Amino acid sequence: MISDYAWVIPALPALSAVLIMLFGKHMKGKGAEFGIAALGIAFLLSVFVAVEVFSANVQAVADLEEALHSEEGGGGEEGETEGALRPGQSVFDGVMVATTGLDGLRLAAEGEAIEIPEGISSFVNDDSVSLGTLGEGFELEAGQRVDGLAAMMFLLVTFVSLMVHIYSVGYMAGEPRYTYYFNLLSLFTMSMLLMVIANNMLQLLVGWELVGVCSFLLIGFYWEGRSNQSAAQKAFLTTKFGDIGLMVGVVSLWAQFGTFNIAQIIDDATHGLQAGGQTLDNGWLTFGLISLFIGAIGKSAQFPLQTWLPDAMAGPTPVSALIHAATMVTAGIFLVARIYPVYQQSQAALNVIAIIGVITLFAMGFLALVQDDIKRVLAYSTVSQLGYMVAALAFSYTAGIFHLFTHGFFKALLFLASGSVIHAVHSNNMEDMGGLRKYMPATFWTWIIGTLALAAVFPLAGFWSKDEVLAGAFTNGGYTGTVVWILGGLGGFITAFYMARATTMTFFGDFRGHSGHSTDGSVGTPHESPRSMKWPLIILAVPATLIGLINLPFERFHPTGFSAWTMFSLEYFEGHPAEFVVPLAIGSTLAALLGLALGYLMYRRYREPARDPFNNMGLATTVLQRKYFLDDLYSGVIMHTIRDRISPAIYWMNDNVIDRFVYLAGSSTRALGGGLYRVVDQKGIDGFVNGAGSGASWTGGLIKFAQSGNVQFYAGAMFIGVFVFAVLFAAAA
Amino acid sequence: MQAVFPLFFGALLFCTGIYGVLARRNAVLVLMSVEMMLAAVTVNLVTFGSMAVGAGDLILTGQIFALFVIAIGAAEVGVGLAIILLLYRNRATVNIDDADLMKY
Repeated sequence: MISDYAWVIPALPALSAVLIMLFGKHMKGKGAEFGIAALGIAFLLSVFVAVEVFSANVQAVADLEEALHSEEGGGGEEGETEGALRPGQSVFDGVMVATTGLDGLRLAAEGEAIEIPEGISSFVNDDSVSLGTLGEGFELEAGQRVDGLAAMMFLLVTFVSLMVHIYSVGYMAGEPRYTYYFNLLSLFTMSMLLMVIANNMLQLLVGWELVGVCSFLLIGFYWEGRSNQSAAQKAFLTTKFGDIGLMVGVVSLWAQFGTFNIAQIIDDATHGLQAGGQTLDNGWLTFGLISLFIGAIGKSAQFPLQTWLPDAMAGPTPVSALIHAATMVTAGIFLVARIYPVYQQSQAALNVIAIIGVITLFAMGFLALVQDDIKRVLAYSTVSQLGYMVAALAFSYTAGIFHLFTHGFFKALLFLASGSVIHAVHSNNMEDMGGLRKYMPATFWTWIIGTLALAAVFPLAGFWSKDEVLAGAFTNGGYTGTVVWILGGLGGFITAFYMARATTMTFFGDFRGHSGHSTDGSVGTPHESPRSMKWPLIILAVPATLIGLINLPFERFHPTGFSAWTMFSLEYFEGHPAEFVVPLAIGSTLAALLGLALGYLMYRRYREPARDPFNNMGLATTVLQRKYFLDDLYSGVIMHTIRDRISPAIYWMNDNVIDRFVYLAGSSTRALGGGLYRVVDQKGIDGFVNGAGSGASWTGGLIKFAQSGNVQFYAGAMFIGVFVFAVLFAAAA
Repeated sequence: MQAVFPLFFGALLFCTGIYGVLARRNAVLVLMSVEMMLAAVTVNLVTFGSMAVGAGDLILTGQIFALFVIAIGAAEVGVGLAIILLLYRNRATVNIDDADLMKY
């Protein structure tokens, strides 16, 4: 089975990163060829893995259908009694508590029991090697968990990364840190794939953090600029703020389930168990899941931590395409999707996800209206689309990751096309563009495809995935569901409008780049980008157009489509039939077309920013241009309070309380030591030593007179002594 | 019986020696007095040796021992005279009261 070797997929870019580091500068292509070759092979391998995983899942669905049909004749009653024997188990009142002892019997979201026969299950290849034992039997593992979700992410990441590698050859040509750039690209791809392939939360966390570091390095790639450094730091610190939540979540899940292994966590949670076989504590679980989701809020740029993503546009444009549209920002979505069965256990966590997602998708779209930087328009659109994915996950696993999949392609396309434009006019500012349709036809048409896909125009990729999101929310109903589909539909209108605005300002009208901005006044006309940049655009336009067709929302295509390919369990698949709400689809398409038309008409005669209607809305413009004052809140209120109020107070505390105490301890110890020195050492010990010496000297002074120097005196003393001894001996004898 | 005469003679000789050692200031005379005391001891050895022969000592222990003492005394005089000679060379005197460098 080729999926046994899925670990090679992250290993390839890791290898290429090492090779680029060691030999990159001496190669003909300065290291780019390593990255492209590694990603090419990794993409092929991903295709093989995906074919195996997806066909296995489709086969499982077919087997299930067959088994269910054959049971309708005879075995149906058995299933009836099985269901009847477990009364009160099918509780679904906001918080799903599915506790069944039998492997084959689970409860679907609707509360009806679907019996899955033994031996049929969704594909998963979960394998690991031990890296050693830590502490009391805790195994540190590196592993792979290859299922539909991972296979899908492999395809997306390797494909977009390959395109970005090829594109960068042209875009970054002449850049002094060219080799370093490709090294980072490979490293980033490796990190993302490492996270995707993870079969335990620790490995996922490692990949996640590596992704954050690579993102930091790539945003700050042009580190000569002060603002680029700040953007990199902002991105790193903001996502790191979310990562605290992730770490708390990972540890909380570990505490509850006693393992980092994803498969085991999912298995325990779906059986309503936690560590030690106890019943699942739902409040605890909800805490862990929401903490994990805070990590996703940071990484996937959800409200209120989305402020870093538009600033991250300081990096090179291909990086924006790879990291800030197609892959890294989807890490948060991936995280939720990865343990989706666990999230299903906590309706509260899903509600939080829905609310955050819907705020993001609706509020952030407006910000794109007042941007004049073409990449920032796309950045806010990315934030908004990520909001769609997050909101979708609250209702439908498939809708969320399907939108992730399609969005990855068309947003990478849009970013690369914007990079092509920036490459041609040497500016990010849409004021310097206009009329590029004539000069850059390939870029224009691929951009148009991306725009239509993003605006969800039938039958491009975005239409099917966004419709899946709205239909999921609509059929789910309830308060959050209603909010999501209404605001999601309106958000579609805004998306279409700002994309039409950007398109019109960039490609229609007259070229404005000549005027004012160049120093020597000889800019010349822009021209189409080189082949290495044009072809990735054209190749990416294909999935941007067609990829939506893999998940047509009709019953006929359901068992062989995307939702079957990427399912995490047959129960979930059976519980979520294809949804297609015709009025909703028509309504959202109309909203998109209306937005496109309105945007084109309003900006057709665009001349200068002062006459942009969105710059003349008074208070509303201020609110949008200040990004809902979130940056002011973070840097002004929170940072100001901490830096100028709390920090000095703590410093004072430190200086006057803690340091005083330490100083007191020090000085009293010193005084004690001084006392000991004077009394015990100087008087006691030294006195004894000196006394011994002077005592010997004194007695010596007394008996020194015996040494008179008179030999006769010595001799006389000797005779007297001998005489005395002789008398004594004589007396004794 | 006859032994009392040589013993008395030895004692007289020894006392003369002691007197010479304690009373004389000339180093040569002191050395001669020491030799006199040694001769007194030798006389005693010979006297007690002949008494031991009378008691059955056939190998003449006292007489032979006296011969050793005379030989050692001769060597001692050699050493003593050499010291006195050096003393005289260094200090131009043989008065032992002047040789008091080692006193306190």
